[in-house]
Amino acid sequence: MDFTFSKEHQLLRRMIREFAEKEVAPVAEEIDRDEKVPFGVLKKAGKLGLMGIPFPQKYGGAGAGEVGYCILMEELNKICGSTATIIGAHTGIGAMAIYLDGTEEQKQKYLVPLARGEKIAAFALTEPNAGSDAAAIQTRAVREGDYFILNGSKLWITNGDIADVISVLAVTDPALGARGGVTAFIVEKEFPGFKVGHKEEKMGIRGSSTAELFFEDCRVPVENVLGMFGAGFLTFMKTLDVGRISLGAGCLGASDKALEMSMEFAKSRYQFGAPIAAKQAIQWMIADMAIEIEALRSLVYRTAWMLDAGQTGREFSTMAAMCKVLGSEVACRAADAALQIHGGMGYMKKYPIERMYRDARITRIFEGTNEIQREIIARNLFRRVGLRLR
Amino acid sequence: MKVVVMIKQVPDTNKVRLDKRTGTLIRKGVPSIINPEDKNALEEALKLKEKTGASVVVVSMGPPQAEDALREALAMGADEAILLTDRAFAGADTWATATTLGHALKKIGDFDLVLAGRQAIDGDTAQVGPQLAEYLKIPQVTYVRELIVDDGKVKATRALEDGYEEIEAELPALLTITKEANVPRYPHAAAIMTAYREQEVALWGAEDINADPESVGLKGSPTQVKRSFTPPPKEPGQVIKSAPSEAARDVVAILRQKNII
Ligand SMILES: Cc1cc2nc3c(=O)[nH]c(=O)nc-3n(C[C@H](O)[C@H](O)[C@H](O)COP(=O)(O)OP(=O)(O)OC[C@H]3O[C@@H](n4cnc5c(N)ncnc54)[C@H](O)[C@@H]3O)c2cc1C
Ligand SMILES: Cc1cc2nc3c(=O)[nH]c(=O)nc-3n(C[C@H](O)[C@H](O)[C@H](O)COP(=O)(O)OP(=O)(O)OC[C@H]3O[C@@H](n4cnc5c(N)ncnc54)[C@H](O)[C@@H]3O)c2cc1C
Repeated sequence: MDFTFSKEHQLLRRMIREFAEKEVAPVAEEIDRDEKVPFGVLKKAGKLGLMGIPFPQKYGGAGAGEVGYCILMEELNKICGSTATIIGAHTGIGAMAIYLDGTEEQKQKYLVPLARGEKIAAFALTEPNAGSDAAAIQTRAVREGDYFILNGSKLWITNGDIADVISVLAVTDPALGARGGVTAFIVEKEFPGFKVGHKEEKMGIRGSSTAELFFEDCRVPVENVLGMFGAGFLTFMKTLDVGRISLGAGCLGASDKALEMSMEFAKSRYQFGAPIAAKQAIQWMIADMAIEIEALRSLVYRTAWMLDAGQTGREFSTMAAMCKVLGSEVACRAADAALQIHGGMGYMKKYPIERMYRDARITRIFEGTNEIQREIIARNLFRRVGLRLR
Repeated sequence: MKVVVMIKQVPDTNKVRLDKRTGTLIRKGVPSIINPEDKNALEEALKLKEKTGASVVVVSMGPPQAEDALREALAMGADEAILLTDRAFAGADTWATATTLGHALKKIGDFDLVLAGRQAIDGDTAQVGPQLAEYLKIPQVTYVRELIVDDGKVKATRALEDGYEEIEAELPALLTITKEANVPRYPHAAAIMTAYREQEVALWGAEDINADPESVGLKGSPTQVKRSFTPPPKEPGQVIKSAPSEAARDVVAILRQKNII
């Protein structure tokens, strides 16, 4: 067993940390307040290879694997939940779907510019009537010669209004449903019939945009079918499995930052003639945060390592779901404890704890709610003892 | 054109702990980085590479772990890296350091420009650059904040305390670069991976550079650190807040009292 990061990953972390502190931190408060996508940051990130960290270099990526990508998410989320969310939707799911199941031509055409940050990706699954029940999607794709004609809408799509390339799931055979009747497509924003709708106003991660997408007789060439025809549901679920590890890694960063700030504050805030750190009530909050954070760190990097080592079976899916659940819940508890430790100061907008608290909350909902993740975990566990649950 | 950049690996803090008995650094537990002004020197070299297609070689003398500083330099864009590492080099003072680096440069041979940082944040002497130039018997320009290479010459702007000086020197020459010169680039993420997974760092020992073991390391060092200590912090200054007309009088009174005027 060896729990050390490779030297290259250590240097990568140092570079990303410096980038996050120098280039992202100065805009973090503003983009949250004004709901502004930090295009300048994304451009710089792209030039440094940070928009395609996990992908091989032949596809324009950094070749740093899932471990490298988790390092990115961890370090970015210490500083700015919005920026991490944008890159997460871009790299972790949008471009990831093309990397996992795209053809060589699709990778050259779409993945390369995405990995280099020259284009932005999104991942469009959710619809008004299909949230947790992803198999209930209604967006239709009907073949017409060399094209598929897409009709329907997608809801709450991160990067929806800024993306150039969108991985979209649509029904190709209603009779078959999720098993064989759903296909993934690569849609370019220029395709006729693609439209961006309403942009949501949100509680947190406000610097990332969340938009509605419409497909009105949207013409998608047949060569843009992503993965096997009819197997789109699998492509999307497989992609989300991978995304869940890095989501956990982002939560790790946010939690770690909450702990660091809490300790700093508890050390310097004096009440009753002593630092509040002298109180057992504070010490226990700090200790609990630290325990959970270390458990999360081990889980996240072990799961990332499994993926890089090619161990991607059911065991891996279960672990990835655990990363998502533990990560999001630790992040929410850590943000809550940090706010409590900071007292009134934590509640004020001029201090980043308030933003961190709002940013943390989404992680229990998107990329599959924690209730759904627990269902996945339990189903996989019971399967091991011969019980198949639907 | 070939530009050689001198890279020293230093502990990432000004609060270096010292072994009281030997007067040497305790490096354990302190993360190591490229000496900040060496990054500025490297950035100048990389700009020349972009402009003129120059090749950039980075050289460091240090223990085996100094390889990490060189890998980072490769990730930033250097073409070639050489680590001078040998037990015989240990305990070098600035002169023995310059001698060792000088031997390596003679072996490299066809360099046009040598760039060093102005000063290392641990040793702090700012001597190695100038000594190296003396050893190689080439022109030197220190405290450089801007440089232009043209037609076998370098034009450099030196930052002095009270102004600037423009100096022209024939190549090959050695320049020491200050932090005002530029903002060093971040290494590209893919280049970080490549620097560790595919690129080489050449390891040269005393024999490889034809160095007489008596002229390097502790044996080749005319000076020895007897004792290192942190000077007591300066007392906080006094702020005079009265109106300007009175303030001037108050300041004069204080200066008189301290026998300064
Ligand atoms: C900011 C933001 C960004 C998003 N970005 C994207 C994106 O980029 N791409 C995309 O496709 N989607 C995106 N989504 C959508 C997101 O994935 C969904 O919101 C999520 O999957 C939950 O769906 P829902 O909101 O419709 O909740 P519902 O499915 O309606 O669930 C409501 C509640 O019921 C619970 N519930 C539902 N089914 C079960 C069950 N079987 N057992 C137990 N409890 C259950 C849920 O856990 C939840 O608590 C985003 C959402 C938000 C808020
Ligand atoms: C606290 C401390 C005090 C010391 N005091 C003295 C002293 O008073 N007299 C003395 O002779 N020695 C001294 N040394 C020992 C040692 O010789 C120096 O650390 C070393 O020779 C480099 O000198 P410097 O750190 O002052 O570098 P500087 O001369 O400040 O460095 C200038 C530039 O030279 C180049 N350079 C320096 N060292 C190397 C290297 N190893 N490899 C590649 N390039 C390099 C870099 O480009 C650097 O930016 C001291 C060391 C320490 C840690």
